[in-house]
Amino acid sequence: MVEDGYNFAYLDEQTKRMIRRAILKAVAIPGYQVPFGSREMPLPFGWGTGGIQVTASIIGPDDTLKVIDQGADDTVNAVSIRKFFARTAGVETTERTEAATIVQTRHRIPETPLGAGQILVYQVPIPEPLRWLEPRETETRKMHALQEYGPMHVRLYEDIAHFGHIATSYDYPVRVNGRYLMRPSPIPKFDNPKMDRSPALQLFGAGREKRIYAIPPHTEVRSLDFDDHPFEVQKWADVCAFCGSGDSFLDEIVTDDRGGRMFVCSDTDYCSRRREAGCTGPAMQAAGPGEA
Amino acid sequence: MHDIAVELAPPAPLDPATAAACLTLLDFETPVWLDTAADSDEVRAWLRFHCGCPLAADAGAARFAVLAAPAAMPALACFQLGSEAYPDESATLIAQVASLETGEAVALSGPGIEERRDFRPAGVAEGFWKQRRELEALFPQGVDLVFASGASLAAVPRSTQVRF
Repeated sequence: MVEDGYNFAYLDEQTKRMIRRAILKAVAIPGYQVPFGSREMPLPFGWGTGGIQVTASIIGPDDTLKVIDQGADDTVNAVSIRKFFARTAGVETTERTEAATIVQTRHRIPETPLGAGQILVYQVPIPEPLRWLEPRETETRKMHALQEYGPMHVRLYEDIAHFGHIATSYDYPVRVNGRYLMRPSPIPKFDNPKMDRSPALQLFGAGREKRIYAIPPHTEVRSLDFDDHPFEVQKWADVCAFCGSGDSFLDEIVTDDRGGRMFVCSDTDYCSRRREAGCTGPAMQAAGPGEA
Repeated sequence: MHDIAVELAPPAPLDPATAAACLTLLDFETPVWLDTAADSDEVRAWLRFHCGCPLAADAGAARFAVLAAPAAMPALACFQLGSEAYPDESATLIAQVASLETGEAVALSGPGIEERRDFRPAGVAEGFWKQRRELEALFPQGVDLVFASGASLAAVPRSTQVRF
């Protein structure tokens, strides 16, 4: 039920048209950051205002929305954004990845592969991959125009010189369709391969920085690397303590002040569905049946 | 290609799909250029009333163009192509064609298309796809195309490679 006094999905129609035009240009130029007139939203910048404005511009009454924050459906940011759209657009919401038509995310890509027709909306804090290397927007714009991406390779090389390997583990830079250098938002590099040739449309919204960019479906997304230091994702010696998964992204949780810790899936939907299907991890087996 | 469910009664010669694209995308921020076939008092009045968009006298000054007779359209390079630094400041052409399925086939590939797919709009200008292909070299500059016919829409963004 849409609450009285709001336009559908909160934003006014002119703002949605302006954002849709920006999204179309973003899709036409994969990885290029399109400037847009970001609006003040009823929550502060840094809480997903870019993603919310993108979602508000594409959502329709028949859509089903899922919102995750670091993989979890039940954290503050995810719950409040989901409620926001349930109240202002009256849409169905879900926690099941495959049941959603739009997934808005902060800092993760769901473990369940996305399919054709689904849209993944990322909340982006800093859209410009070169920003910490070159603070001037006029210069980074020129660097993108000339494909002057050497400094980013130097930064990765400095990692190798310092640590012996590329230590960048999240917000790992990618080239989209062989052209634009793009910041995938602070997703772990574990998720980077999921962006490559994904059948889903991926949209990125940065509210404070006023930029929208996109990866169309079936588009090549390459993580930067070197011949002798190929791109690698994180691996864990442990499996998820709850569901026993050995191939999902794991969060380390400190359980006491004596060094106790356990690893659990960051994707709560993936983990709980595996448990429903009867998979168990070490913590569950230790606790025995009937508990937890 | 998408079919849309619209109940619109736009003035001739606009098809419902063309009209829907205009209503969805145009407003006071977007100067629009109309080709000779689309440039009637009724269409001008309809666009001004429903979209509030300024009408450009010159194709090169427009962010959107409505082409009711794309067979007689000016060269693609006459439209805004954007700049190297701001390739998004380029024109989007809404071309109304007789059909999206009965023309000569061109093969499309690139972002958004899994392998290749054939596209058959009828009634594009002579040498149109050749011009479009020449623009590929300018990427990221270029123009984006929306084809409309009846109640169907198809889009060919500048990133798409066209072979024929």
